[in-house]
Amino acid sequence: MASNGQDVSRIFGGPAGWISVALPFALFLWFLQFVAPVAAGEVVIFTISWIPSLGVDLSMRLDGLSLTFALLITGIGALVTLYSTTYLGGHLHYPRFVLFLLMFMLGMLGLVLGENLLGLFVFWEITTISSYLLIGFNSDSPKSRRSALQALLLTGTGGLALLAGIIMLGNVAGSFDLSEILAQGDMIRAHSLYVPITILFLAGAFTKSAQFPFHFWLPNAMAAPTPVSAYLHSATMVKAGIYLMARMNPALGSTDLWFWALVIAGGFTTVFASVLAVRQTDIKQVLAYTTLMALGALTLFIGAGSSDAIKAAMLFLVVHSLYKAALFLMIGIVDHQTGTREAGVLRGLARKMPITFAGAALAAISMAGIPPFMGFIGKEFLYKAGLGLEVASLWVTGTIFAASALMFVAAGIVAFRPFFGPLADTPSPAKEGPWPMWIGPLLLGAFSLGFGLMPHLAESWLVAPATWAVYGDNTVVVDLYLFREVNTAFILSMITFATGFAIYLVHARLRDALGRIFHANPIKFDPAWDRILDGLKALAAWQTNLLQSGVLQRYLFVVFATLAAAILGTIWFKDVAISVDVEAQLDGLLFKHWAVLVFISAGALLTAYTGSRMTAIASLGVVGIGVALIFIMFSAPDVAITQLLVETLVVVLVAVAMLKLPQLDPPQKRDRRPWHAALSVLVGIAVTAVLLAVLQVDFDRRLTTYFEQASWPDAFGRNIVNVILVDFRAIDTFGEIAVVMVAALAAYALLRGTYYGRKDSADGEDRT
Amino acid sequence: MMNSIILSAASRLLVALLLVFSVFMLLRGHNLPGGGFIGGLIGSTGFVVYAIARGFQATRETLRVEPQSIAVVGLGIALAAGLMPALFAEPLFTGQWMFLGGSYEEGGIPISSVLMFDIGVYLVVFGAILTIVLALEEEV
Repeated sequence: MASNGQDVSRIFGGPAGWISVALPFALFLWFLQFVAPVAAGEVVIFTISWIPSLGVDLSMRLDGLSLTFALLITGIGALVTLYSTTYLGGHLHYPRFVLFLLMFMLGMLGLVLGENLLGLFVFWEITTISSYLLIGFNSDSPKSRRSALQALLLTGTGGLALLAGIIMLGNVAGSFDLSEILAQGDMIRAHSLYVPITILFLAGAFTKSAQFPFHFWLPNAMAAPTPVSAYLHSATMVKAGIYLMARMNPALGSTDLWFWALVIAGGFTTVFASVLAVRQTDIKQVLAYTTLMALGALTLFIGAGSSDAIKAAMLFLVVHSLYKAALFLMIGIVDHQTGTREAGVLRGLARKMPITFAGAALAAISMAGIPPFMGFIGKEFLYKAGLGLEVASLWVTGTIFAASALMFVAAGIVAFRPFFGPLADTPSPAKEGPWPMWIGPLLLGAFSLGFGLMPHLAESWLVAPATWAVYGDNTVVVDLYLFREVNTAFILSMITFATGFAIYLVHARLRDALGRIFHANPIKFDPAWDRILDGLKALAAWQTNLLQSGVLQRYLFVVFATLAAAILGTIWFKDVAISVDVEAQLDGLLFKHWAVLVFISAGALLTAYTGSRMTAIASLGVVGIGVALIFIMFSAPDVAITQLLVETLVVVLVAVAMLKLPQLDPPQKRDRRPWHAALSVLVGIAVTAVLLAVLQVDFDRRLTTYFEQASWPDAFGRNIVNVILVDFRAIDTFGEIAVVMVAALAAYALLRGTYYGRKDSADGEDRT
Repeated sequence: MMNSIILSAASRLLVALLLVFSVFMLLRGHNLPGGGFIGGLIGSTGFVVYAIARGFQATRETLRVEPQSIAVVGLGIALAAGLMPALFAEPLFTGQWMFLGGSYEEGGIPISSVLMFDIGVYLVVFGAILTIVLALEEEV
């Protein structure tokens, strides 16, 4: 981690720093202008025609849900990047960090704004890849690399499932546009593919949002620098899965499958994570598990699906993003300034770091759900929605009760204990952090308080429009309030505080007890993941050994055998009748045709029978030149020239490569020859047969006629071949030359690689 | 590398001759047999002969630029030619034409993004072949 001395050297991290702050801030301001229209119930859709010839547009959809997400992403993004300028500004790879972070931010924005499901998927994968790069940012540490890879593989697998689901859904709905899909909810739910589609979508969402049993990657991802954890693993990326479930709720929701899958997985994750949170000693890990708990709760309430539940979920989404990002940033300051994050070590920091403490306190009170903060409102609405459910009310309310009580404990561990009591020794002496660091937690904390005191603002700006979008109904009344009457939810809140306080008093002992229980528990997900990976690697090694013998002759044999089998098989199964009028065909042949035939056959025979590589290569060139002669006879000069030149170069290339190789196998060692001969005859028959079959069909001259007519007026060229190459089908040619270049670079790397390798080993010998 | 004085002397002339010829083939390609692909092949043939006669080191020195850079630049030129229509709000890879000194019928000289694209193809083929040949020569 960057030390204090390095921070001074590059204030605000140089140009990379201020660009990274300015961009999200500008975007945040830009999105603010849509608050009013969206709050009025409007859905803003932008469309930029991208590839009109393929009907692909770049469209952007701004409704309550995407706007809420967009504001969180850009707003918290601006604070996190500002924070990073001092947290990582002195780091050697800071500009790289900024690149990854902005790439992630744009991916996340594209994801929540995407109107087209395929576009959404592309951005989904961008967030996966950039989060891989960010988690593994400290690439020197094996732990970082492992965590990054784990997150990538797990969320990437979920992403593939999502892609399959998207394609199925697109086919069912007849469009990939969200507006059309969301309008056809009843049809989709009645469709026979509904169950697989839902399972695939949930596989994507659950892995991304770390729902049980895919939860283990999220705490490991805390190997990332703290600003990344604050941004990705609290406020944004892990909420991509939540976003997807919320977004698809009008299309896929309100069925038994959806309800029970989300309610069970979400509820279990909620309780499981909040128990594990209390068990941790590293404060960042405590926060990681409380994030899991929040994600579980969001899943739970989106699954519950009543209008109250969706309302509560959207409210809690905002509440959680505000306080969790603040707390992560706070723990980053503490870590940065004192050098430790251990809950047991940190005490009495309030006097040394008063502003950090203020930010932490604001956020933690919201997390604990104490009035008049927004967290309190959030908890009340969760209770109210849970109590109002017709099915599984006890399960939902119970999990939220347990989680809220433990959240209270976690808030105490994170933001109360480290700041009170006698000042304890830390690896470096505690002092207040610079302003770019504490401004973020302070502002976010202030929002938690401000929205708590003025709930109607949060309601009309964010929560109500988001609820409409998720519930698919603009008439749902969202009426947020801090306190109105003493009802069951309020009483439950009071009991939660009492329970939480009681647990906090004994939490140290509880932690040790939990530690023992989990230590004894035989089911561990993280090591099990390693075993799955080991198994995959073993499988890959086994099948590679099976298929990749490393003998060129065998590869060629397999390739040509497959070719012959494919052609002959197709001819056989399609029952293609090939009839040749041999006499009529032979009558038309002139002397020059016979000459070329003899020429090519002689070359081929010589290639097969010679004992010298050079002769074989040269005679193979003879065959190629014979083919070029055929092209010339049938008036295709361009193809003939190319064929001649390529043939010449191939002979030279192969000759250069093979100069150093020994003679071909002596005759007595040629025991595989009969097999090769049989195969070559077979391939010959197959190719001849397919050519004859092709010639039986009347030649379709439509394309030729078109190009003959269009070539001159449209492209000012009389050589049709070249005009097609560089104008009509230029994009194909571009692809081809790109392949040519990549092939050349690959060959170069391969050859030079072995060259340097040999040189190194030679040096080694000299020294010994 | 062969130690043949005749080949060595001839290769110098051949390089120049084949390069000129390759440019000729490149430019006539739009109306007569030829084009960037063929031109690149012919141009590289000259240097291949040169490399056989005088070795890879001398060839690299004669080329002055790494052949893989030539290929990459070629791809960049082709891409630029393909992107150019975007400036005129037309779909990518649409040919853009300009006739210097009057319309084509009046004998104006045609200059086009298509020619630029073909030059890109020429350089990619030329660079790619020499990349492989020189690396092979060096290795063997």
